[in-house]
Amino acid sequence: MPETTSRSCRGPALYERLAVLSRIVAAVAGGYVLTSLCTIVAARYLPMGRADAVMTATMSSFAIFTCAVIWVFAARSAWRAWAGLAVPALLLALLLALVAWGGSVAA
Amino acid sequence: MKEGLRQSMAWLHTWSGLLVCWVLLLVFAGGSASYFKDEISFWMMPELHATEREPVPQAQAIERAVGYLQQQAPQAERWFITLPTARSTALRVGWIGAAPKDGPVGSTRSRFQSELLDARTGSKLAVRQTRGGEFLYRLHFDLHYMPVQWARWIVSLCALFMLVAIVSGVITHKRIFKDFFTFRPRKGQRSWLDAHNATAVLALPFHLMITYTGLVTLMFMIMPWGIQSAYRDQGGESAFFEEVFPSGAGRGKPAGVAAPLVALAPLAAQAQQHWQGVPPALVVVNHPGDAKATVVIRREKTATLSYLQPAMVFNGLTGVEQATVGEQPSPTAVTRGVLYGLHLGHFADPWLRVLFFLCGLSGYLMVATGALLWGVKTRQKQAKAIAQGARPGFGLRLVEALNLGVIAGLPIAFASYFWANRLLPLDLAQRAQMEINVFFAAWALAAVLAQCRPSLGMWRVQLGMGAVLFIGIPVLNILTTHSHLGVTLLLGRGPWPVAGFDLLMLALGAALALAERLLARRQRKPGARPSAPRAAQARGIEETA
Repeated sequence: MPETTSRSCRGPALYERLAVLSRIVAAVAGGYVLTSLCTIVAARYLPMGRADAVMTATMSSFAIFTCAVIWVFAARSAWRAWAGLAVPALLLALLLALVAWGGSVAA
Repeated sequence: MKEGLRQSMAWLHTWSGLLVCWVLLLVFAGGSASYFKDEISFWMMPELHATEREPVPQAQAIERAVGYLQQQAPQAERWFITLPTARSTALRVGWIGAAPKDGPVGSTRSRFQSELLDARTGSKLAVRQTRGGEFLYRLHFDLHYMPVQWARWIVSLCALFMLVAIVSGVITHKRIFKDFFTFRPRKGQRSWLDAHNATAVLALPFHLMITYTGLVTLMFMIMPWGIQSAYRDQGGESAFFEEVFPSGAGRGKPAGVAAPLVALAPLAAQAQQHWQGVPPALVVVNHPGDAKATVVIRREKTATLSYLQPAMVFNGLTGVEQATVGEQPSPTAVTRGVLYGLHLGHFADPWLRVLFFLCGLSGYLMVATGALLWGVKTRQKQAKAIAQGARPGFGLRLVEALNLGVIAGLPIAFASYFWANRLLPLDLAQRAQMEINVFFAAWALAAVLAQCRPSLGMWRVQLGMGAVLFIGIPVLNILTTHSHLGVTLLLGRGPWPVAGFDLLMLALGAALALAERLLARRQRKPGARPSAPRAAQARGIEETA
C-alpha cells in the first residue's frame, strides 16, 4: 500500500497521538454502539415481519460497522469523527426513548 | 491523518491488518483445510481405507445404528444417527447421556459421545482416536485451550478488523485492475507490494465474501441487540430462534413411561419420498424408549447454496407424521442460509472446493505478504540507524519474529499434526488430544526459536523444516499404512481422497522447499540485505497463479 502517514524523526506530537488514540476508541467502541443502535431501530421498524426485520438488521450490521470505522478515520479531525458518530447515535437513541416513553404513557 | 483520504485509509489498512494478521493466518490456514474436513478425517483414520466403499442401503444403516444405540445408550436423552454419504462412508452415531439423578446435570456437550460404526455389520469400527479434520475446523473459530466463547469473540474481532482492512485497502488502491497484472520481481519493497496486491486482488471477491459470511455465522453472538430489543416482550431469544429456525414439535419432557420405539427405516423412506427422492442425512430421536419419544429426520444437503434443510417430525411410538419443518423458510432466513452456506462450501463439488481452498491459500499469502511488507518498509526507514550499529526498534523486531514464527511456523505445526497421527502409539491415553498437543508444541517451538533468532538463516531453517515434514508425510504413509501413493495412485486402487491428500502434501512441501532454495540463493548473493525473505513471495505467485 502507499506510504503510511509520514512522521517526523522525533515522532508525532503528543496531541496528535492522543487524537489517534481517540479515533481508535471512537472506531471500536463508538462504532459498535452506533451499529447496535442502527440494528435495534432497523429490527423494530423495518417494514417486514419481525423475525425478517431482525435478521435483515443483524446481517447488515457489519457493513454499518465498517462504514462507521471508515468514517472515523476519513474525517478531517478527531472531533469531527466523534461528532459524525454521536449525532446519528443520539438521534436513534432519542427515537427509541420517545417510543418507549410514548408506549408507557399510552399504557 | 492530516493528509488526504487515501493516506488515512492506507494508515487504517496498515494498522487494522497488522494488529490481527497472525490470528488471521491461523484462521485462514485452518479454514482452508476445513474445505477438506471429511477427507482429512478419512486420511487420519487409515483403518477405514481398506473397508468396502460401496454404499450400504439406507434402511440397513439405520437398523444397525438403532441396534447399537439400544445396546450402548438405552437411557440416553437423545440419539443422533448421521447416515453415510459419498464424502464419508462410515456411519456415525452419537448420543447425549441421561443427566445424572444426583449431582450436577452438566452441559449437554459434556454428556455427548459418538462412535463410528461399520454400516454393514453395525459393530464399532476399530479406528485410532483422532479429532481429524474436525480439529482444524474448530481451530479456525474456537481456537484451542480456551473457553469457546472467548475464542469466538477474539476471532470475530479479528474478522471485523479484516473487513475494515479489506475495504480501506480497496479505497487506497488507485489502480486496482492494472496492479493485478503488475509484478516487478527483485525490486525489494516494490515486489512485496506487488505480491500483496496480486494475492489480495486475485481473490478479492472471495476474501470479502469469506470475511463477511464468517461474521454472519457468528452474528447472533456479536450483534444480539436486534433480537434482544425486538423480542424483549415476546419471549426473548429462544422465541426468535423457534420462529426462524423451527425445530418442529419441540422436544418436550419425557413421560417417564417405557415404550418401544417405532421402526425408523420406514419413516426415513417416507421422508425421502416426501422430498422427491432426496435422501435424509440425519436422524434424531428425542427420549428414545420413552412414551413421549419423537423422531426428527433432516434432509441431506443438496445442491442448494443455503445450508438450511427441511426436516420432518414423527411420533416415536406410532410413527405418525407430526410436522414438516423448514419447507418454506422466509426470504431472510434463506438469505442468511446462503451466506452461511457460502462460507461452509458444503454445496460445492470437489473441484469447486479445490478452488475455494486455493482462494483460502491466497488469503494466507495475502496476509503473510502484507505482514512482511510492513517489516521490510519499517526496516528501510530504520536502515540508516541500523547501518550505524543501532538495534532495530522493538516493534520491528517483534513483528519480524512473529511473522517468521507464524508464516513459517504454522506449516510446521500442521505437518507435525499429521505426523503425530501416524506415529503416536495407538493405545496412548488421550490420544486425540495428544495429536493436538503435538500441533501446538511444534508451533510453540517454531515461534520461540523465531523470537530468539529472527534471521534469514532461521527463515531457511523453518521453511526447510516445513518442506521436509510435508514431503515426509507420503513417505511416512508408505512405512505406516497400506494405502500409500504406491497403492492408491500407481496401482490405481484408491481411495482417491487419500491419494489427493498425499499429493497435496507433496505440493505444499515442494512450495516450501522452493522458497527455501530462493532464500539460499539470495543469501549467497553478495551485498544482499539480510532482511525478511523475498522468496516467500515467489511462493505466493507460484501457488496462486
